Amino acid sequence: MSRITWQQATVTGIKAETSHVKTFTLRLPQFTPHLAGQHYDLRLTAEDGYQAERSYSIASPPEQTGEIELTVEIITDGEVSGYLNEGVGIGDQLEVRGPIGGYFVWAGAANAPPLLLVGGGSGVVPLMAMLRHRRGVGLRTPAALLFSVRTAEDVIYRAELEALARADSTFTLLLDYTRQAPPGWAGYQRRLDAPMLAEVVAHFGPAQPQVFACGPTGFVEAAANGLLAAGLPPELILTERFGPTTG
Amino acid sequence: MAGFFTNKGFQPKRQSSHPLPPGQYETTDFPVLTAGPTPRITLSQWEFRLEGLVAEPVKWSWAEFNQLPMQDFNPDIHCVTKWSKFDTHWRGVSVDTLLEHVRLKPEAQFVTEFSYGGYTTNVPLADLRGGRAFVGVQFEGQPLAAEHGGPARLVVPHLYFWKSAKWVQGLRFTAADEPGFWERGGYSMYGDPWKEQRYRDDDEPAASRL
Repeated sequence: MSRITWQQATVTGIKAETSHVKTFTLRLPQFTPHLAGQHYDLRLTAEDGYQAERSYSIASPPEQTGEIELTVEIITDGEVSGYLNEGVGIGDQLEVRGPIGGYFVWAGAANAPPLLLVGGGSGVVPLMAMLRHRRGVGLRTPAALLFSVRTAEDVIYRAELEALARADSTFTLLLDYTRQAPPGWAGYQRRLDAPMLAEVVAHFGPAQPQVFACGPTGFVEAAANGLLAAGLPPELILTERFGPTTG
Repeated sequence: MAGFFTNKGFQPKRQSSHPLPPGQYETTDFPVLTAGPTPRITLSQWEFRLEGLVAEPVKWSWAEFNQLPMQDFNPDIHCVTKWSKFDTHWRGVSVDTLLEHVRLKPEAQFVTEFSYGGYTTNVPLADLRGGRAFVGVQFEGQPLAAEHGGPARLVVPHLYFWKSAKWVQGLRFTAADEPGFWERGGYSMYGDPWKEQRYRDDDEPAASRL
């Protein structure tokens, strides 16, 4: 196992995904193939030596060698994301270490159970790495992404997800708009609940899917509880929560 | 200052009136971090056990456990995901109190905390003694919420908070330091926030050889 030491990555690309989400492509002096779902730590150092660290999920698949993509939600007044948003340009260097995390990962074995991905907001990032990995290795494991967003503007990776859904009949994209759906929308437009999850699980037929749920705490709690209510055993439900609690 | 890497123009935006371990920031929220669904344990099912390298294992029901002497404790919490939360208010039973009920075998040097739902984490026995570790059953004057580990979680505030097992079901005393759930996934065997021991590579050499 290679050591998880800090290295200085070079920013080679910056892409606005939505008005408050950006993807940073980082070229790594030492690239270690990651598992889809893992993260990197990123550390900023001020001139007086003050340091701030945050963890960011890897959006790129392990097949994209030599570099990683980190998709970052820009938090209002965010100490690290604010600097990434305003202070970082192509050619700049950033200290990172990783890949980290051995649990919320999808290795993509050919005989793996169907894959149900449940993402809220920027919680879609590690799930996107799984979908990109699945495509990268040519697996046709049945997969569905239930992606909950507030409005149409908040659909991170929209074009790529829609293209994937068109090109791959074994992948289903299920968008859920919780605040405002586009005109004429016939899909989900309410907060995640148990009936919705039961419906999505039933989509896989008799096979029980392996679930990865990632998003804000309340969202993931609702997802995990709804999936249990739908009859899935807890060991098939892997979760990653972020952000504050609401109460 | 020269000689180390800096990010040009990076300025701290967050301030804390408390000393923060390296890499941490202060939050006043209480984030939830769990690898799977939140287990729901009814109080009639609940039990807490001391087992492993003890002369006689013991176990308490919820009613029995709540008759043990309780105390208030006000720890600072440091989570490996970078947040720190200062001056929290808990009530629970000190591990010292629990240990009065068993005779430990001399080779018991380490502890596996085990939980409802299958979670485990490891810690040296010495780190649970001397008023440094508790089984917490109340948080901020209320019964501990399920998403924070209720009915009861271990609280070992001087280590990163994943060493404070949620939904704790008991302590198993062992002779060797056996990696738990996150530790098998590459996290530190010890987890000292002040030494920033997040991952196995951050451990002291003696620990990383285990």
